[in-house]
Amino acid sequence: MEWNFLATIGRVFISFMAAVGRITKFTGQSLRHCIIPPFYLRLFLRQIMNIGYYSLPVVGMTALFTGMVLALQIYVGSSRFNAESAVATIVVIGLTRELAPVLSGLMVAGRVGAAIAAEIGTMRVTEQIDALVTLSTNPFKYLVAPRLLAGLITLPFLVLIADIIGVSGGYLVATETLGLNPGNYLKNTFQFLEVRDVVSGLIKAGVFGFIVSLMGCYHGFNSTGGAQGVGKATTNAVVSSFVLILISDYFLTVLLID
Amino acid sequence: MGATPKIELKKVCKSFGSKVVLKDLDLSVADGESVVVIGGSGTGKSVMLKCILGLLKPDSGEILIDGQPIIDQPSHIREKILLKTGMLFQYAALFDSLPVWENVAFGLMQAHGMKRKAAKEIAIEKLSLVGLGPELAEKNPAELSIGMQKRVGLARAIAADPEVIFFDEPTTGLDPIMGDVIDSLIRDCTQRLGASTLTISHDMESAQKIGDRIALLYKGNVVWSGPAKEIETCGNPYVEQFVRGDVDGPIKLDILKP
Repeated sequence: MEWNFLATIGRVFISFMAAVGRITKFTGQSLRHCIIPPFYLRLFLRQIMNIGYYSLPVVGMTALFTGMVLALQIYVGSSRFNAESAVATIVVIGLTRELAPVLSGLMVAGRVGAAIAAEIGTMRVTEQIDALVTLSTNPFKYLVAPRLLAGLITLPFLVLIADIIGVSGGYLVATETLGLNPGNYLKNTFQFLEVRDVVSGLIKAGVFGFIVSLMGCYHGFNSTGGAQGVGKATTNAVVSSFVLILISDYFLTVLLID
Repeated sequence: MGATPKIELKKVCKSFGSKVVLKDLDLSVADGESVVVIGGSGTGKSVMLKCILGLLKPDSGEILIDGQPIIDQPSHIREKILLKTGMLFQYAALFDSLPVWENVAFGLMQAHGMKRKAAKEIAIEKLSLVGLGPELAEKNPAELSIGMQKRVGLARAIAADPEVIFFDEPTTGLDPIMGDVIDSLIRDCTQRLGASTLTISHDMESAQKIGDRIALLYKGNVVWSGPAKEIETCGNPYVEQFVRGDVDGPIKLDILKP
């Protein structure tokens, strides 16, 4: 009984390490093809549109309501010790350092990570990836590299926009609903905001964008079977992106806090 | 016919776990020759083709295309060797994100570096060779029937005038008339190009029409090989059973009898 338990733990650990190894190898191969020509500029620009431009509504909406809710909640807390003037500062720091990158990352993982996994997974099960190989085209270069680079570059821009929209949402609620002075609110917003607050959020965004694209490509690339396999790849891509974003967020915060 | 075979397999072995799929397989296709490999489901035909194209790595043995080894080659060398080849997949494997003409011209643009305008002209010319008009060039592959998709796949396979063409079950899923049309197109196109071809099929009529030589694969090895016209009179018990479609004979199926 005891041995069975230990064997189960061992099996789980070995399969976990094997998965880590496979993902590391896939990442290495992908990065290599990101820096070695040929580069597919047209595909890269298409992915910029898919990952960035088309995610703007969902990211903008998330940022707007998060900023609004944040202002309300912080007002409730800060009014208990007469610190209502801190609302603006906490909203802007909370958004730029944490909420905008994490929530944007999660929203993009749901929208884009799933789409990447489904598209590449379908290409895998319908032999389109094999067809690429027979046409002397490296699938890592053609499919993976443009998505990885687009994810890495696009998400910081999305987060910058989310920062602005989120702060605007907070401003709207604070001045229109809570009755705070607009001039003071804006002054408090920018007085204590530092460049590194914004930059740390953008660094996080770049990492999250890379994770989302990588997980989408990895799970799509390794999908097997038919429709069920593609469905499983899509689910795995989203779940693993969510988990990795949240874990890496902690370590990035520790790294960037000073 | 030249001295160096266009395709040569020497003692190729491939297993998946304990299941042996290819066992010391020897096969060669001479310059300008058309060889059809026939055999029942699960006899290793597709695995053989994937090994030749570098999509699967054999456990041992040697595979040469035009005298150049393909196994264990770095991807850029393999891509160079594959420039000489074309491939028609069982279900065409067209890229559903690209219009028909871009599917046909894909290899010309991506691997041969041809400009879009020139590649489009060649794509339309190749489409006409397989009996498809220019009005289909801008259509999406999903808008075409399976017979049309196969013809587009054939146009893609011959687009770069390859020296070697592979066909994976070219008539599967087609009605007898469309199957005959595809066989005739394959015969015409390959004769016009002077290409060597390797086809895998279990369609006897198609095999006799396309092939100069037929090889019967059973349990991962060639049990008979000879001119296509001799297949019905060769006297080989494996061939006789396969041609007649008998359950009883030397070919044993992995099915449980009630």
